Amino acid sequence: MNVGTFILVSAIKTVIALLVLLTAVAYTVWLERKVVGHIQNRWGPTRVGPFGLLQPLADGVKFMFKEDLVPPHVYKPLYIAAPIIAVVCALTSISVIPIGNWVTVGGLRTPLQITDLNIGLLIILGITSMGVYGVALAGWSSNSKYSLLGGLRASAQMVSYEISLGLSLIGVLILAGSFSLREIVDAQAGSFWGFIPKWNIFYGGQIVAFFIYLTSAYAETNRIPFDLPEAETELVAGYHTEYSAMKFAMFFMAEYANMITVSCVATLLFLGGWHGPLFGAAVLQEILPVFWFLLKVFVFLFIYIWVRGTLPRFRYDQLMAFGWKFLLPLAIANLVLTGLIVALRS
Amino acid sequence: MPQNYVPIFLFMAVIAVMIPLPLLLAKLVRPDNPSKSKLMPYECGIDPVDSARGRYTVRYYIVAILFVVFDVETIFLFPWAVKFKALGMFGFIEMLVFLGILIVGFIWIWGKGALEWV
Amino acid sequence: MQPVATTFFFYFLAALTLAGGVLVITRKNPVHSALALIIALLAQAGLYLMLYAPFVAGVQIILYAGGIMVLFLFVIMLVNLERSQREEQFNKQWLLGIIAATALGALFITIFVRGRAIFPVHIAAVAEESNTQEIGLMLYGNYMFTFEIASLLLLVAIIGAVVMAKKRI
Repeated sequence: MNVGTFILVSAIKTVIALLVLLTAVAYTVWLERKVVGHIQNRWGPTRVGPFGLLQPLADGVKFMFKEDLVPPHVYKPLYIAAPIIAVVCALTSISVIPIGNWVTVGGLRTPLQITDLNIGLLIILGITSMGVYGVALAGWSSNSKYSLLGGLRASAQMVSYEISLGLSLIGVLILAGSFSLREIVDAQAGSFWGFIPKWNIFYGGQIVAFFIYLTSAYAETNRIPFDLPEAETELVAGYHTEYSAMKFAMFFMAEYANMITVSCVATLLFLGGWHGPLFGAAVLQEILPVFWFLLKVFVFLFIYIWVRGTLPRFRYDQLMAFGWKFLLPLAIANLVLTGLIVALRS
Repeated sequence: MPQNYVPIFLFMAVIAVMIPLPLLLAKLVRPDNPSKSKLMPYECGIDPVDSARGRYTVRYYIVAILFVVFDVETIFLFPWAVKFKALGMFGFIEMLVFLGILIVGFIWIWGKGALEWV
Repeated sequence: MQPVATTFFFYFLAALTLAGGVLVITRKNPVHSALALIIALLAQAGLYLMLYAPFVAGVQIILYAGGIMVLFLFVIMLVNLERSQREEQFNKQWLLGIIAATALGALFITIFVRGRAIFPVHIAAVAEESNTQEIGLMLYGNYMFTFEIASLLLLVAIIGAVVMAKKRI
């Protein structure tokens, strides 16, 4: 494939990926309202369209027609930039995430991924660490005490859990020997003893790493039980207290896009990505990997919502103690153990 | 720029155009009639007292600096991990020494109470 | 991997780096300065990518743009901005500053002109595909002791940070 075709193909993939991602974000919100509704013995959205399926559309229109208040004394450039930074960081991660194998469309063989990088995982970690700025600047520029506290809490929490997040990936890296997400998934092909799939989660101590990853990722995305930055009962929405209309919608989009990224990465790193039973006709064989991938991502999103409907919120000192005194030592111990097992086997 | 990295810049260019679009579009259709009480910083209905950008506890600073140190440690582990199978037992012991020195520091700050939030 | 639009990317990223650097010292608001520094650091990461050193680029983003700058921002937000904004931005030692800057510039130019023989222009020795793996092999093979000493440096950093901050708790 020459360079021109490559750029053209990736431009097309970018547009498709963005459309799919934004739709997925809208419907994750719908799913959350519906599932949490049922958990709390309510119906959730039912009025707009069948099962409330058009609710995201109605919400979007409403966000457009809402009055956008910009309080005086805010640092206006940063106040406007903060939601944009948050949403750009949240969306960019998707550009390195593979959703399936190579496919051939019209004689052109291309991977189901915008671009395959040798440092794919590093890029995702980097973008995640940039996401802190959206939150911190929103809190600081808003000129509100709640916002400042929320922004500070959020950034301190995000940086604290970033370490255990990074350490939990080491085991996967040892097993795959690469940062490329595609190679990490390829390393998980096959099975142990013919029936247990060779996913990383089933390998030695990786199940501990998986739970460390999931917990840190929940904290990283500021979701319950770690949603201290926006704790309604004490900080009234935290860093986005002073935001309204479309700017508020941007933070909302960023949060859900981050959830989707976390679910995708968890699937790729620990649950074997698009690997799953293949059967049937040739066309079905092409589609099934994507289906398995989306199914696993959906399960993760469902667990996210389930946890939200079930668990209460931490206290802030508990949250910090949990991150620094429990998750971090556990991640280091797990990493040493994994290293020892692999070193002894080789 | 190596070929594979170009799509990321392309992607960012697309969202840099796409994201501000609804913000501008909404400007055309939304109502705009602010009033004094609407524009007040939200403080549960009470008039705000004092500057909002006050000073805050130094603990946030400790968390940030500890984060930088342990982030460097994590970064050092990355190239070690991807080449671990080739480095073998020797690499494992090497990393054990590295981690050991840092764990001593970690235990020390734990004992000093720098990890306590209250 | 083929290079694409090298000229455009080089000048684009170089311009971003320089603009960021200039904004860091000319902005009066320290938060704006910090943001400009982040932009300069990110553009630098792009330049590393162009040099076929993706691991260094990733480290640049995670560590400098995402780690150290968070610390900077925390410290800036910790100090009283209203007062610092009213203070004079440049002090009276601009003459000394100009001399120092000229000396440094002259040093850079000398090294650039005379050092071409010492630092020959050649293709990177490490392939882009296995960049991280090669770095791993080098760091934990040839440069083992330097790496172990790095952990001592980190230990000193931890102790220093806590000792400095603990007094005020």
